Amino acid sequence: MNYLWPILIIISLFFAIISGNITNLNNSIFNSVSDVVNLSLTLVGNMCLWCGLMAIIKQTKIMSFLMKILRPLLNWLYPDARSNKDAMEAISINTVSNFLGIGNAATPAGLKAMDELQKENPKKDELSNSMIMLIVLNTTSIQLIPTTAIAVRAALGSPMPSNIIVPIWISTLAGTLTGIILTKLLLKEE
Amino acid sequence: MIYFAAIIIPLIIAIIVFVGLYENKKVYDLFCDGAKEGIKMTVKMFPTLIGIFLAIGMLRSSGLLDFISNIIGNFLKYVNVPTEIIPLAFIKPISGSASLALATDIIAKYGTETRIGMIAATIMAASETTFYVIAIYMNQIKAKKSRNVIIPAIIADIVSIVTAICIIR
Repeated sequence: MNYLWPILIIISLFFAIISGNITNLNNSIFNSVSDVVNLSLTLVGNMCLWCGLMAIIKQTKIMSFLMKILRPLLNWLYPDARSNKDAMEAISINTVSNFLGIGNAATPAGLKAMDELQKENPKKDELSNSMIMLIVLNTTSIQLIPTTAIAVRAALGSPMPSNIIVPIWISTLAGTLTGIILTKLLLKEE
Repeated sequence: MIYFAAIIIPLIIAIIVFVGLYENKKVYDLFCDGAKEGIKMTVKMFPTLIGIFLAIGMLRSSGLLDFISNIIGNFLKYVNVPTEIIPLAFIKPISGSASLALATDIIAKYGTETRIGMIAATIMAASETTFYVIAIYMNQIKAKKSRNVIIPAIIADIVSIVTAICIIR
């Protein structure tokens, strides 16, 4: 990031000068900053909502129920975190949220899982194996109910907005399986 | 189906509080106590978000992304890939809001049931904003070494986009 970030900014300026987009570039800086403020306001609300609900889940039998169903899958995906109960709980909630397409709930659970995994991480400045798997699965993110895509299609007058579901399932599944296989290979390589 | 999509979140919230109530837990206290953590998380994310949005915003507005996707689009149109969706494929891993706006434009322009419209909706929905996820997850634990986590993530994105293009005819 310490290299990528400045390079992106410098190339952008350079290209904007060549292509005459300097005014756009200048505006984008102010827009980006105010976009983040707007985003954070919505984000803080959603984060609090789902953190609060998660606190309830953890105190009830819903948690042990989720753990029981997901255990075989999660043990295979995250072999290093098997004995880390707090991390496994957060990962379970993250997995279920991704499945249901509730990104707002997946993020706080995922970040919490990172904190818990970090406690047992021998090299604090490096991502552990389980963290890598967690990040990759959150970037590919299986979508069982693609709410946004259906809503957009409905808003634009599609006669059958939910016809998109099967292609999305196939595509998201292909991406996720690729992510899992490549991550397993990458971790074995090292 | 729209009904189903609308009921899922209220239903989940109701189930959670119902089970809490049934098990005699102080549901409201637990909720308020847990919710505090959401503020801390967002504050922690804020500087990272400014950093990413600044760089991505500059990259988009400079015209460089369009320039690159035009070049690549010119090659890919020979293998039956519609050029119109190339910019979307590029922006998808980088910016969630931009890809939603772009996908909506494409679907509105070409129609919801056309090949291009269907591919755009699929690409938009089938994965998350890769760079954003990696940045905030790494920031959470202040990790310096990523151990190439980006490679499987990006290849998975490419596979999911290529799959979308191949299956929708």
